[in-house]
Amino acid sequence: MLVFIVRRVIVSFFILLAATFVMYLLTANAGNPLGDLQESRAPNREALIEARIRLLNLDTPAPLRYFIWLKGAAGCLAPFVFECDLGQSVQGQDVSALLGVAFTQTLQLVIAATVLAMILGITVGIVTALRQYSGLDYTVTFSAFLFFSLPIFWVAVLLKEYGAIRFNDWLGDPTVPIGVAVVLGVVSGLFWMIVISGDRTRRLTTFAAAFVASAGALWLLSETQWFADPGLGVVVIAVTAVGLAFLTTALVAGFTYRNVLYAALASAGVGIVCHFALDSVLDDPSAMIIVLLALVTVAVGVGLGYALGGLQRRQAIQAAVLTGLGTGALLFLDRLLGAWDTYSDRVSGRVIATIGARTPNFQGTFWEEGLDRATHLILPTIAIVLISFATYTRYTRSSMLEVLNQDYVRTARSKGLAERGVVVKHAFRNAMIPITTLMAFDFAGVLSGAVITENVFGWTGLGKLFTDALTRVDPNPVMGFFLIAGAAAVVFNMLADIAYAFLDPRIRLS
Amino acid sequence: MSDPTTPGPGPVPAAAAAADVQGMTVVARTQAQMVRRRFFRHRAAMGGLIALLLIVLLAFSSIGFANVPGWWDKDYWSIATVENGGRPTLSVIPTWLGGSGVHLGEHPFGQDNVGKDYFALTMRGVQQSITIAFIVGIVGTVIGTLVGATAGYFRGRVEAVLMRFTDVMITIPLLVVAAVLGRRYGDSGIVVLGLVIGLVTWTNLARLVRGEFLALREKEFVEAARAAGTSARRIIVKHMLPNIIGVIIVSATLAVAAAILLEAALSFLGFGVRDPDTSLGRLISLYQSAFSTRPWLFWFPGVFIIAIALSVNFIGDGLRDAFDPRQNRVRD
Repeated sequence: MLVFIVRRVIVSFFILLAATFVMYLLTANAGNPLGDLQESRAPNREALIEARIRLLNLDTPAPLRYFIWLKGAAGCLAPFVFECDLGQSVQGQDVSALLGVAFTQTLQLVIAATVLAMILGITVGIVTALRQYSGLDYTVTFSAFLFFSLPIFWVAVLLKEYGAIRFNDWLGDPTVPIGVAVVLGVVSGLFWMIVISGDRTRRLTTFAAAFVASAGALWLLSETQWFADPGLGVVVIAVTAVGLAFLTTALVAGFTYRNVLYAALASAGVGIVCHFALDSVLDDPSAMIIVLLALVTVAVGVGLGYALGGLQRRQAIQAAVLTGLGTGALLFLDRLLGAWDTYSDRVSGRVIATIGARTPNFQGTFWEEGLDRATHLILPTIAIVLISFATYTRYTRSSMLEVLNQDYVRTARSKGLAERGVVVKHAFRNAMIPITTLMAFDFAGVLSGAVITENVFGWTGLGKLFTDALTRVDPNPVMGFFLIAGAAAVVFNMLADIAYAFLDPRIRLS
Repeated sequence: MSDPTTPGPGPVPAAAAAADVQGMTVVARTQAQMVRRRFFRHRAAMGGLIALLLIVLLAFSSIGFANVPGWWDKDYWSIATVENGGRPTLSVIPTWLGGSGVHLGEHPFGQDNVGKDYFALTMRGVQQSITIAFIVGIVGTVIGTLVGATAGYFRGRVEAVLMRFTDVMITIPLLVVAAVLGRRYGDSGIVVLGLVIGLVTWTNLARLVRGEFLALREKEFVEAARAAGTSARRIIVKHMLPNIIGVIIVSATLAVAAAILLEAALSFLGFGVRDPDTSLGRLISLYQSAFSTRPWLFWFPGVFIIAIALSVNFIGDGLRDAFDPRQNRVRD
């Protein structure tokens, strides 16, 4: 294994080296960096041209100029030996400084979106594989094809118009007309009817229940002016937390023995008690306190699982920790929504933002600033999730179907194992092996910035840095961007290979 | 599985007829026949194929191409006066439903802000996008197959060099290298643009083909051909490529679908098709800010991009099912 890894690292290094060389030549060829100066009518034109030639070393031919660039770039990989120097942009800014700023923006934008797309896509993929050729399967397959075919910039413009501008207008007087509530209720009824398939009676009951629940909830929320000042309230939190406890138990252990369920429920209960007990602490906490609380949650979950788990101690700990974190997330969301009212006043009703990462010069409590970030993130996140969700669904579905047809799954079923165990323990784990590759590629792609999304939503991340520099014919920022993108691609590719070899011993042996 | 149109083997004995009623007879078909049959029975793929053909027909016949005039009397470059705020005159709601009747009108898709006919512009965009996508698809597929087949068949040093080169190219994100190339070659016309983008989209296919070739070259029939003294070129073209034609065709189709979106994205960012010519991505890019006032400028090109990409994706899916040897069941 060690030899395998070392060989892989060395090969990756040389691949990255070659890729930067190719990219450098392509970039040098992409346009004339002196173009704007040569057309200018400035009196000191010659001096400006001379200065830029010296700044970008344009008097050296491109293949040799690459080595000048490489010498500076080597410092970024071995920071203590040389100085990190990625050159300057045409305006004379340090590229490494520009990259640092852009990289943090990109990370903020893409991490949540990618993780969300993975979780959603894999879940939906598994469910459709388990219900192959059902109405749900066909619906999801069709939607996946539709999402594949959507240009992301087109979706983004639509989101800006309907998700932000019109939605904010609607928030000015947030009432749902009864007709709209009925239509949305029918849509929700149809949705659940497709998801929970079964015989005709069961479908009809599902439809009726979902219709009444959704339409009723909408009407109630509209009547109580909930949309003007949203929040979850302790009842909703409690019910959701208990539901979460049952869900995690069903996933990690099943209900044959009750210990796991008790641990998860206890964890949910502690969470709800904290809702009241921590009231003053959570008024305006710092990010540090939130992280601390999350750690405490994990510790309490481990303790509860250990104490109540009995023979299924490991599963009980997992369920308790997951439930605890889920309940914590609910409390967090509730607090965030609690800031809605004041935040909405401060941004004069334009709650969902269309441009940028934050409202300029906005200062407020922890929750107000958090809400500010969230409302800026929501639209680009939806756009990114829509597109990559489709890929995950399709891959997971086909991988899961492949595994479910294997002999060992039939063996597991024929020895009388419960379906939960077959799906979670035997099928899911093996189906995830090929998905790790996809995840690695996706993360690599994501680190190089969501080029189009950033452009549409005005985020000054890596993707925007790249397109701006390319438009201005500014080679050094383009190369700096590529150094991050290429390094991410190479490193994650390598990690995928290693993970694959680790997860599937057959690869190692061949 | 009994189908009156397929040629049966002469008079049918009684036992076979009974089996036929139960759907148990196996009609002998060639590989190509089975693939064709499965493809033509794939409803989504057929729908996609028909839709794509209709769109291509509409785009190329309406405004004409390469000096061949079309049936639409306006062109995509003449500036005219903007009538009625440039609103589209297309109407599809018949009068008995309370609409204004089914008719095209003067400017079915409306006019842009200098009065150019938007239907002609959109059709021009469709032409450009489809042309680029097909050039990219073909160039990428040919190079990918060549590289993969050479590496997989010859192995050794040739393979090492070719596959390391593929690894290098795969490291560069497609959108990035396409944007850099588009910045340089965007104003040299769409054929050049398609060619240079095709030059960088072959990497995945090359890996796929190489994998298939590594397995195939150990098969007995390849061994036999080699023992008979067949030249390497003939073995690759006649003996091995037909065995993986399915993989290649499916990948080519999906590459076309991806290229449609890639071209749109490049033109949207300003690194693709340039002024005075147009493409669907460029139209959306130009009029994205006009969305709240004149939404049709935004809707029509978008709907065409989605329709084309969706049709091609469905065709690709149908082809994949049709070529899949494990799929002995005809979907119906």
